[in-house]
Amino acid sequence: MTVTAVTPTARAAWTKGATKLLRRPTARLGAGIVAIFLLLTVLAPLLAPYSPFDQDFAAALQPPSAAHPFGTDQYGRDVLSRVMYGTRIALLSILVADGFGLVVGTLLGLIAGFYGKWVDSTVMRIVDVLLAFPYLLLALIIVAALGPGLLNSMIAIGVVYTPQYARLIRGQVLSVKTTEFVLAAQAIGANRARIMLRHILPNSFTPVLVMGTLSAGTVVVETAGLSFLGMGSQPPSPDWGAVLAEGQGYFLTAWWIATFPGLAIFAVVIGFNLLGDALRDHFDPRRRKE
Amino acid sequence: MSGTVTTPMTENRLLEVRDLTVEFATEEGIVRAVDDVSFHIERGETLVVVGESGSGKSVTSLAVMGLVANPPGRIASGTILLRGRDGAVRDLARLDHTALRQIRGNEIAMIFQEPMTSLNPIYTIGDQIIEAIRLHQGKSGREAFARGVEMLELLGIPEPARRMRSYPHQMSGGMRQRAMIAMALSCRPTLLIADEPTTALDVTIQAQILELIKRLQSELGMAVIFITHNLGVAAEIADRIMVMYAGKIVEAGPARAIFHQPRMPYTIGLLNSVPRLGIDRAAQHELVAISGNVPSPRDLPSGCAFHPRCSHFAPALCDGEIPPLETSAPDHFVRCLRWRDIAQQGSSEERR
Repeated sequence: MTVTAVTPTARAAWTKGATKLLRRPTARLGAGIVAIFLLLTVLAPLLAPYSPFDQDFAAALQPPSAAHPFGTDQYGRDVLSRVMYGTRIALLSILVADGFGLVVGTLLGLIAGFYGKWVDSTVMRIVDVLLAFPYLLLALIIVAALGPGLLNSMIAIGVVYTPQYARLIRGQVLSVKTTEFVLAAQAIGANRARIMLRHILPNSFTPVLVMGTLSAGTVVVETAGLSFLGMGSQPPSPDWGAVLAEGQGYFLTAWWIATFPGLAIFAVVIGFNLLGDALRDHFDPRRRKE
Repeated sequence: MSGTVTTPMTENRLLEVRDLTVEFATEEGIVRAVDDVSFHIERGETLVVVGESGSGKSVTSLAVMGLVANPPGRIASGTILLRGRDGAVRDLARLDHTALRQIRGNEIAMIFQEPMTSLNPIYTIGDQIIEAIRLHQGKSGREAFARGVEMLELLGIPEPARRMRSYPHQMSGGMRQRAMIAMALSCRPTLLIADEPTTALDVTIQAQILELIKRLQSELGMAVIFITHNLGVAAEIADRIMVMYAGKIVEAGPARAIFHQPRMPYTIGLLNSVPRLGIDRAAQHELVAISGNVPSPRDLPSGCAFHPRCSHFAPALCDGEIPPLETSAPDHFVRCLRWRDIAQQGSSEERR
């Protein structure tokens, strides 16, 4: 018997997967934007020309120039530096809000789909109720209950994002649950927790990964939105939404204050959306062009 | 452990199923997938369960494993007695989940039809074999790995240590089925349930897997319940054969008797629908398909469930009462009101 042994190492498989994923230009663009964004969060103190908080009234409301490429705001703070430091808050909002939705939603959906019966009905009705609210309204209600602040606004967005993850993973679990390898795992005597966490969850997780990436962009918009409304991070935080709100009043005279954080939000959303689309195509064999 | 039974079971019997009925709740009402089925298996013996799709053969095996999905299914009545390694007899139909888990994979193992889908795609073969070993035997990771390599070697897989690190998609169907068998046998079960393990494989691979199961059976001394719709496969390995139709046993007996003196028209029909090997062309009978389809379990015909398809159908007799399982010869059982007539007919034909 001839054996064609193909046992690539895990590292080789990853490299191969990544190369395939990044074959399309839009995927590369998305990954590039996300990479720049992540780099900025780490390197902001090194790259920012000024402190995001230092006021300089002599230099207030200056248009973009060589000294202040994005101009200055009404307190003379450098808008470029504020936008750069804002990446940290944006990343934090992705980690906290999107992470909260992903973890809690996945757990709820997994339990609902796996146990079925009344557990499923109860969890999914709660999810339905949450989905019935308009996003922003629900987030505002939660922030109002918890009190304004950066962390509370992120938790609020996280709660808003939980139902979609729960629904998605539940559907996956329902189909994976009936596969033969789950029956085979039962047949070797695996207990329920083991079957749920080791066999069903990893096989249900791919679409969640895609949704997590796609949501990362919108989470940034929504956290910024809450800050814009004064429910999120408070001044003098360089949160993009807060900077946008401050610049709003000067928009006709000093357009740069609100425009650059707006562009930053736009870029991050585009970046994560392109990357998410690429991931979805990558994991979905029907959409894969080969 | 609970569920210890005092009802006597003959010493050499490993498993004895008595009056097993499995029901499923459906939109149209309760459906009996397995209806009052009784059988037994002795140590080291091979029992082949033959039947078409929907005959209840798979559900019977799942019931023995305690894996009938509930809901919608449930074991409505009956006992499933298993003699454990410790010699105690337990009723699997009444054991709790925890106790059943200690038996599954350990004393009874199961292999499935589709080697493509019965292995988890995201773990290596080794991970999955090691999981089976570690669930039941207090072995270290290293010991379990060594045991896995040993099992793959026993199954004739080349380069076993390397194969332990392969993912299912990197292996052929036959290799995957061997890996599945390795996983099932890694804890040296006393009973192996094989649910159509060769159906999805090429004929040449089928033969290899059958040989393998036979060899392992004699080496490990385990009993095998082999489920198939293929009588050719049954002829290869069966000690005894049990034919199921519409959830009931319709004929059961030693393999030789089933092949040479079939009594139930359904069994005869099955035999006439496949070519027999070892007979020269001229003597080969014409292949005849059994007309009609398996009845829906929601809407079974009255009387004998096979009567609408039966060439020996006698009006007012066969569609009246449900025939009992009668003893036609020692250890040979048949569920047909007309088996004596049919037997006579058969022997007169043979004389001609």
